[in-house]
Amino acid sequence: MSLIQFTEKGLYCAKGDFYIDPWRPVDRAIITHAHSDHARPGSKRYLSHHLSKGMLQQRLGTISLQTIGWNEPLAIHGVKVSLHPAGHIIGSSMVRVAYKDEVWLITGDYKLEDDGLSGAWEPVLCTHMVTECTFGLPVYTWQPQQDLYRQMQQWTLENQSNKQCTVFFAYSLGKAQRIMHALAPLQIPMYAHGAVYNANEALQSNGIALPQVKHIDAHTTKKELASAIIIAPPSAVGTPWLRRLGDRQEAACSGWMQVRGNRRRQHVDKGFVLSDHADWPSLLQAVEACNPTHAYTTHGFTESFSRYLREEKKLWSEAVKTQFGTEEDDQHITESDKTAAI
Amino acid sequence: MKSFAALVVKLGDSSKTNDKLEALANYFTLAPDSDRVWTVAIFSGRRPKRFINTRQMTDWALELSGLPRWLFEESYHTVGDLAETIALLLPAASIINNNEQSLSAIINNFIELQTADDNSKKIYVTQQWLQMDYHSRFVFNKLITGGFRIGVSQQLMVKALAKVTLQSASAIAFGISGRWDPAVTSFARLTSSASVSEDPGKPYPFYLAHQLAEIPEALGPTEDWQAEWKWDGIRGQIIKRQDQLFIWSRGEELMTDRFPELHFLQRVLPDGVVIDGELVAVDNRSLSEKIFTPAAFAVLQTRIGRKQVSKKILADAPVGFIAYDLLEDAGKDCRNHPLSARRRRLEEILSTMDSNRIQLSPAISFSHWQELVDIRKQSRSMHSEGLMLKRKDSIYQVGRKTGDWWKWKIDPLTIDAVMIYAQKGHGRRSNLYTDYTFAVRDGERLVPFTKAYSGLTDKEFAEVDAFVKRNSLEKFGPVRTVKPELVFEIAFEGIAASKRHKSGVALRFPRMNRWRKDKKPEEINTLEDLLALLSLYGQ
Repeated sequence: MSLIQFTEKGLYCAKGDFYIDPWRPVDRAIITHAHSDHARPGSKRYLSHHLSKGMLQQRLGTISLQTIGWNEPLAIHGVKVSLHPAGHIIGSSMVRVAYKDEVWLITGDYKLEDDGLSGAWEPVLCTHMVTECTFGLPVYTWQPQQDLYRQMQQWTLENQSNKQCTVFFAYSLGKAQRIMHALAPLQIPMYAHGAVYNANEALQSNGIALPQVKHIDAHTTKKELASAIIIAPPSAVGTPWLRRLGDRQEAACSGWMQVRGNRRRQHVDKGFVLSDHADWPSLLQAVEACNPTHAYTTHGFTESFSRYLREEKKLWSEAVKTQFGTEEDDQHITESDKTAAI
Repeated sequence: MKSFAALVVKLGDSSKTNDKLEALANYFTLAPDSDRVWTVAIFSGRRPKRFINTRQMTDWALELSGLPRWLFEESYHTVGDLAETIALLLPAASIINNNEQSLSAIINNFIELQTADDNSKKIYVTQQWLQMDYHSRFVFNKLITGGFRIGVSQQLMVKALAKVTLQSASAIAFGISGRWDPAVTSFARLTSSASVSEDPGKPYPFYLAHQLAEIPEALGPTEDWQAEWKWDGIRGQIIKRQDQLFIWSRGEELMTDRFPELHFLQRVLPDGVVIDGELVAVDNRSLSEKIFTPAAFAVLQTRIGRKQVSKKILADAPVGFIAYDLLEDAGKDCRNHPLSARRRRLEEILSTMDSNRIQLSPAISFSHWQELVDIRKQSRSMHSEGLMLKRKDSIYQVGRKTGDWWKWKIDPLTIDAVMIYAQKGHGRRSNLYTDYTFAVRDGERLVPFTKAYSGLTDKEFAEVDAFVKRNSLEKFGPVRTVKPELVFEIAFEGIAASKRHKSGVALRFPRMNRWRKDKKPEEINTLEDLLALLSLYGQ
């Protein structure tokens, strides 16, 4: 029997009797990162990285949680388990599971570019790799983040000179903090929507240093916000909440912004292709660096990516069904999920 | 081309009309003359003939990208736009050429290449690609493939031009209408109050109406209003100037050659006359009568798009013109005269003609609004779409305006159906399943009978999209078969027998009227129900 199985509840290691990112309550869950489509409530015991602690406690309530660092192997029923930096968001980890000659790597979500916050992705040699491929099509090839940051800064300054405030819509955990870092050098006052502010607090409780950001509450005036930078979750797009901001320009920041139609659907003024997921070249690079004999693809364009690995890279590969069906992204499902805590 | 590409990006991304207007006005202020003219041409649907086909473009892009064809196609189905897919998949430019050619220079290249051999075309296109950044590539590809839907309406462009040239919007709308060659037209001439002596075929912009949303009583006293049938054909404009006849469609397509049975008008119409009306199919049986009876729109459909008309098609689907309005009389623009006066003159002009191919749209007499409510119910049997209400003292305006003219269409036909196939959409709907096929029940069998793409809100589309992604059964290229579970009320304007469709019927303008979440797939309509509608309302 294979060391890891794909079950109704998620990825399961029978030998060690634990699950990785299960979507139903189980006895023992290893969590790659704190986004709500990976970290779900109801399990008896959780294991995750130190830096995920604050967010997991905020989102899952009182849980039995053990945290470890990267590259600190521990044994669970004789199975060797370790976490490795995934570079996706703060605390995000890939899970290495090894028993005898079989070494599995479950990537969770990851990106190869070092954003200076989430830890730099490291290759992990393995025999079986379960890789996400949210952006597993060659149309999804990102620009270097420094170029994107420059464009975001420039646009923010333009808006400021037009006496408009600049609103960035971004996932409250991960993207929001990345944007804060990208714009901190401008030294323009930054404000956050409640969901983002809460995420910041949880991260700070973990000892993570973040640029200073004020909470927008009932007392915040339009005058204060004029020409400021505002960071809000995607669920705030088109809501009455925005009215308190006055004259503004709005931007969405996500890998989906790569495609024009998607950008136009957002009803915002600008789309920045800033993603916390690996783009097509990075996915190929990651598989090559981890050098598995078997590659399972999950989340996103699974069929296309695994076919490419089979036919063009001559690698054994198969698409794995997740709870969200056979392929495609789950952008619509997780969007509201990730921002539920307003 | 950088500034044009920047404009296209701005127009496509911006969600505020004012920002778009400003971007257009800035561009029209700064761009060189020939670029401005080509921009007006492109944004109003005029473009040079394609010099390569999409297959060639795809092949060359594949060669440069080194990707397998199936992956290119998967990408295309997700992106939903060929020009954009190619721009995204080409390898990054090695050296960006910052001295890029102007828009008009590039279009001139296209025109020159129309007669070149395939190899020269390939060298040109691939070299351009390898020197451009992503935005320029995208716009370059769009210029080749045409179909420039970039989130700007003709009306917005007219507004921007009016702002820049300090002219009235209606003068601009008239100036850019009709037939003109962007290669030889100057910006000044395009936007000046163009004289018809230079271009006798120049049509006036059509005056369009909004749907009446409230009860007709709200319009005030009945004696101020004229009611007509809203005929079901294609809106057209007949022009006779300098002894020449021109027939335009509302889509600003010159269709004179397609309707030989109307060419007699060149002889019988007085000179300097422009008539607004409806091109309709004529019921064969009424051809010998003084007044013809319109036939179903489906009959006219066999004529639209057909440039060569055979004797048989002329006999099977004869065409006539129902006149609504007079826009020019004795060479003078009379759009500012009241409708009642224009109509009187139109009546006089038509009365001198002894022809049963052109007739005045009759005014429906009524003295109470309630009377009209009852008359409207007969619309379908008249092959009309409902009624038109026009204020008797209204002038003939430009574009779609509220207040003086209202269309009062009848409710559509509807049928409840289940979704069985889905495909990703294009443009704004990229990477979303928005194009659906629907079926009715025939015993245990589901019979597909129509596709529909519109009628849902963005939120509903997102919901259906998520359903499709989780409930796909099979995949045939870009098409997914889905679990037959979601029920929709499909609305349509007409129904006709069709040999091309499995169900035996073809619908006119089908769309999703509402999502029937309250209905189960067992409760949808049957093929029998559909055929009953055909025998009631079909031709």
